[in-house]
Amino acid sequence: MPRYNRHMAHEPLITFTDRGMYCARAQVYMDPWKPVARALITHGHADHAREGHAHYMCTKSAAPIMRHRLGSIDLQEVEYGEKIVINGVEISFHPAGHVIGSAQIRLAYKGEVWVISGDYKVEHDGIGEPFEPVRCTHFVTECTFGLPIFKWAPQARVAAQINDWWRINANAGVHSIIGAYSLGKAQRILSLLEPGIGPILTHGAIEASNAVLRGQGITLPQTTLITPDFDHTSQNGAMVLAPPAALGSKWAAKFGAHSSGFASGWMRLRGVRRRRALERGFVMSDHADWEGLLHAIALTNAENIYVTHGYTDIFARHLKSAGYNAAIVETAFDGEDTALESKAI
Amino acid sequence: MKAFADLFQTLDETSKTTLKINALAHYFKHADDKDRIWTIALFSGRRPKRAVTTAQLRAWAAERSGIEPWLFEECYPIVGDLAETISLVLPDASETSQASLTDWLKALAALASEPEEARKTFVLDAWDCLDGTERFLFNKLITGGFRVGVSQKLMTRALAAASGKDEAELAHRLMGDWTPLTTSYHALIEADDPASARSRPYPFYLASGLEGAAHDLGPVVDWHAEWKWDGIRGQVILRAGEVFVWSRGEELVSERFPEFNRLLDVLPEGTVLDGEILGWQDARPMPFAALQKRIGRKSVPTKLLREIPVVIYAYDLLEWRGEDIRAQPFEQRRAALVRALADLPETAPVHLSPEIKASDWNALAKSRSTARENSAEGLMLKRRTSPYLAGRKRGDWWKWKLDPLTIDAVMIYAQSGHGRRANLFTDYTFAVWSGNDLVPFTKAYSGLSDAEFGQITAWVRKNTLQRFGPVRAVAPEHVFEIAFEGIQASTRHKSGVALRFPRMLRWRRDKPVQEANTLDDLKEMLNLYG
Repeated sequence: MPRYNRHMAHEPLITFTDRGMYCARAQVYMDPWKPVARALITHGHADHAREGHAHYMCTKSAAPIMRHRLGSIDLQEVEYGEKIVINGVEISFHPAGHVIGSAQIRLAYKGEVWVISGDYKVEHDGIGEPFEPVRCTHFVTECTFGLPIFKWAPQARVAAQINDWWRINANAGVHSIIGAYSLGKAQRILSLLEPGIGPILTHGAIEASNAVLRGQGITLPQTTLITPDFDHTSQNGAMVLAPPAALGSKWAAKFGAHSSGFASGWMRLRGVRRRRALERGFVMSDHADWEGLLHAIALTNAENIYVTHGYTDIFARHLKSAGYNAAIVETAFDGEDTALESKAI
Repeated sequence: MKAFADLFQTLDETSKTTLKINALAHYFKHADDKDRIWTIALFSGRRPKRAVTTAQLRAWAAERSGIEPWLFEECYPIVGDLAETISLVLPDASETSQASLTDWLKALAALASEPEEARKTFVLDAWDCLDGTERFLFNKLITGGFRVGVSQKLMTRALAAASGKDEAELAHRLMGDWTPLTTSYHALIEADDPASARSRPYPFYLASGLEGAAHDLGPVVDWHAEWKWDGIRGQVILRAGEVFVWSRGEELVSERFPEFNRLLDVLPEGTVLDGEILGWQDARPMPFAALQKRIGRKSVPTKLLREIPVVIYAYDLLEWRGEDIRAQPFEQRRAALVRALADLPETAPVHLSPEIKASDWNALAKSRSTARENSAEGLMLKRRTSPYLAGRKRGDWWKWKLDPLTIDAVMIYAQSGHGRRANLFTDYTFAVWSGNDLVPFTKAYSGLSDAEFGQITAWVRKNTLQRFGPVRAVAPEHVFEIAFEGIQASTRHKSGVALRFPRMLRWRRDKPVQEANTLDDLKEMLNLYG
């Protein structure tokens, strides 16, 4: 069970319920996983933005993806930093740097300030809104990569690795098929590719996200959608962006000889890459690495840290030894973790 | 080290054997002469002596990374490899190094005689000038566990491609007690060596498992039956005053079985036997566990030679008086084998694998059912007219194995696998009931599909009762049918038994935990088959 600030005689502003994180005073849930009346959503990934809520609230730049995924919903759009007051609780959204439109949600009431960070990364990826530290007394953080073995190289270096790999394959006349999550990672890679190397092809799942983001004014390189009647021999040496599930599938086999790669924080581990029989693993994540998490936590100035999805017990133990009041919170979020293991992707 | 790291990277990024061989062959053609011989030494198991303990490495790595030792220990099972864990937690290198693989290996060899403080300085300096793959490989070299997906066989094939020499000849050249300090690439690989041609084995003929009913094979008189032994399939070659022993993996293992040198006293030169290498005591085969103690040793201490003497149980004759007789029907080769082994002294390390005679299939099936009492795994069926073919060819040679023994057991601990299976819970401990207690009796880690391992991994995460480092005690909810080939009494295990080749036959989702087997059931099996 989470421990609360000892000075608080009253019920804490946020409690952890079987529907998700809840603010009783404002009667709002943050990223709830069961249907509720009012849901504040950090970002549009499926494990955070679920179906069935009566009313949604998210940032303006997350809204197009939300509508695309959830259809016609009752959605209130807010600007980053805009203050909304419900029954005395001040609510605002701040950039989380995870994907386009992602936010940390701040809730403040009488000096008690909570920040629900959702998923976040601290390095600016050049396409989403850069992470912004928010001071608080209680910080809820993910820890998908909360171990000191996870360290990310600067984005420019990973971009060079991907382009070098593509260039070598293109010169050899074979396709490069790279696996990346359809929303976020795929567009981040797209924005880093050197279009001079060759044509860029996309799987339908990725192109759907591209269309939504282009519609809200995001510039992405030109891409060609692979339709069922696509001639797979027509563009040798192309870069193909596909969701991870498509790697090693019949869909990928149609390209004939090709090199496969996957961009994920998990590629830091040789065993994970080898288990998936991938030729190339590019260590690129939309989650913070070990140093990133610790840095972000320090910047909040919070004493009370609640850790969710990831290596929670290890991460919480480390935070405690570093002097924080840390507790583990069970949530129904996946991070990147189970996506690799239990869901057959 | 750069060239070697590039080679490793290429090998690591492909699962295609041909690409691996190409990369190795390219390296063997073009790499620095000294580096080539050190690389061959590494890939043929000639590793440098471990100069520091893994405990020291872990402590130094944690210290250099500024993390607490417990945190390092938590990371290790998640990565699944110590050398990799160390290279991942360390800060980025601040310098670069131009030192070659040879330079590093020589430095490591000299390290063993240095005081601990000097060894620590050396290791910390190395970590600070090596990055990524080079640092990982350095850690692999220093921990002495250099297994990186290149078997000696694969390397031999690459050397054959690079040098134009015959593979079997190279296999012979690579054996022996050479070190990179006593030979060169040219002397070891390229120079003429007539001795290696003499050692060349014949490709093994491999039997297939019998799937249908035995009586569908036709008249029983067309078939020769013998026990299927549980040892090491081997070829023993006597040529030009020397004895060569090859295992089925086409690995030259002569030095591990020196007792076969005595065959020169009783059999003529130009003899090649195919048979089973078995531990032998009181005129019967010893359990496989005994032979296992001999397998891992490159040189055999006298004590072990005395405790676990080996023989070859011969079942085929491939060459006789220098003539290749593999094209002859099995029946004729067998008759020649019987003649060759007739009147040998009882102490000769070769025996004739006896024929199991039967007038019909039912009688043969009855013999088969007594295989365990005869220290065998079942029967071999060989068509009397069959020539000795190469590789696995279906139709003439069949393995008619006994069904494995099975027991239903409860999973009580789970541990993540290593390497490729790190981050998946794949290694389980199983227990049987003793009254109201669950007594662990075996571990198993194979037999399930990837999808099942994935499901169990997700379940373990949610149903962990307690953690002991990398091991998780889980709720006793799942029953698995465990198959195994044999059972032995053991004082080392709490349950009092040790199983041979345990694996998961199936996940019994239909079975309630209360209906798993008991320790008494296991002891009953021990009485029957132990």
